[in-house]
Amino acid sequence: MPNVDLAETSVRELNAALHKLGKDTNETLWSIANPAGEHSIAVGVDAPITVNIGGNVGYFCGGMNKYANIVIDGSAGQGVGENMMSGRIHVKGDASQSAGATGRGGLLLVEGNASARCGISMKGIDIVVKGDIGHLSAFMGQNGRLVVFGEAGEALGDSIYEAHIYVRGPVASLGADCIEKEMRDEHKAELGELLKAAGEIHKVDVSEFRRYGSARKLYNFNIDNAGAY
Amino acid sequence: MCGIAGLFIKDPKLEPRLGELLAKMTSTLCSRGPDSAGFAIYGNGAAGQTKLTISGSTAEVDIARAAKLLVEAIGGGQVSVRHSHAVVTVKTEDVPRAEAWLAKNLPDVTIMSEGQRLEIYKEVGFPDDVAREFDIAKMSGTHGISHTRMATESAVTTNGAHPFSTATDQCLVHNGSLSNHASLRRELRREGIKIRTENDTEVAAGYLTRQMKNGQTLSEALKSSLDDLDGFFTFVVGTETGFGVLRDPIACKPAVMAETDEYVAFGSEYKTLTCLPGIKTARVWEPKPATVYFWEHA
Repeated sequence: MPNVDLAETSVRELNAALHKLGKDTNETLWSIANPAGEHSIAVGVDAPITVNIGGNVGYFCGGMNKYANIVIDGSAGQGVGENMMSGRIHVKGDASQSAGATGRGGLLLVEGNASARCGISMKGIDIVVKGDIGHLSAFMGQNGRLVVFGEAGEALGDSIYEAHIYVRGPVASLGADCIEKEMRDEHKAELGELLKAAGEIHKVDVSEFRRYGSARKLYNFNIDNAGAY
Repeated sequence: MCGIAGLFIKDPKLEPRLGELLAKMTSTLCSRGPDSAGFAIYGNGAAGQTKLTISGSTAEVDIARAAKLLVEAIGGGQVSVRHSHAVVTVKTEDVPRAEAWLAKNLPDVTIMSEGQRLEIYKEVGFPDDVAREFDIAKMSGTHGISHTRMATESAVTTNGAHPFSTATDQCLVHNGSLSNHASLRRELRREGIKIRTENDTEVAAGYLTRQMKNGQTLSEALKSSLDDLDGFFTFVVGTETGFGVLRDPIACKPAVMAETDEYVAFGSEYKTLTCLPGIKTARVWEPKPATVYFWEHA
């Protein structure tokens, strides 16, 4: 069980060691001490391991993650789980801007709040935020699901494609082409699956959530809008 | 990029460590702004006395000699020299005379700040070097703001470094870039606001000065800047007794804050705050966009 103290080892050395791991590695449990807000911790992991980080991290933690289970016992700076492919990232505190940006797969779970642009350009990632999210979240979201237990800031889902958004609290405003949609049984089932993956099933009631998604009016050029250009 | 650190001390026991903590915080921001750095320190002051922090606009200026000449010309004052800057303490009623004398006789000398308690030290160079040259770590005070600069809108010069003084005992640092600074600079200059450089942040500082001259409080002036300034910005401002933060409505630039019973602190990144006492149990949060935050000593 490797223990890495970032007060003594550089992030570059840590990441190089993580990148060397094969998919059948026996070193499956890593503990990282003293992250002290450093950037790019555990970026680009490509192995089914667990990485426990004991404290707050800086930018891009767990970016491009594939297969790994990364647990941050603190808050995360900008772009946590940016472009993650699979696996799971669990932030026990808050997440800063652009959490899960461009993520293609896997689950990002935030116990606290996530700030602006959460899930911006998401492409298949699932994001569950137990607190609130900031403005312009799921901007141009193409695929994947964003679940928010608290409130959403302004311009939620602006220019959204096919990402699914579920919010329990109030939404400050919806962005262009984002509308509230009917919560049908299939959506309740989908939300239930996400809550299960986040370990929250039976703790919150799926019927308290409202669903938002694309009105699909921005997909194609509309000749009636030619005058606006 | 650019980096900002700010520390507002609530528990006076921490005041002797202001410079040390601010220098450590700033050190984490060197990579965000390696061009130049600056520090605004609110230290001791006496009623009726004003501190003029002066610096040469070129390296050729002998600032100690300039300070001595100024004191002789206006007939009194104390001088303390720190690296390329000098703090000249004069009677407040002598300030207009001192400013006029400097403008006429030593045009190469810039007044970085004037106020009862504010001193501004800024210079071109790697932030750690700048902090060491001015010996910031030895300074005490109630609050301070620092900036590390990665220049975008204007040249890398001492006068282009932050903080910028907005008015008596007031200063501003900025992370971001303003796009309407040229037209606003012309407008402000027409109205008689002094703007020395082609720097965008100095225009923001001049804008706040104008708004306050027209009767707005600092908090109101910051709010109206949301309508009048085009571009992106995180501002941290200092006044004689207070410390404020404002981010643009999009919140382009990063900001993290921490508060304990001992202090309120601002950092561009979380790692800026890690040197602070009690940070592990501090309340840490991100200031909201388009929201004015202000802390003040009673």
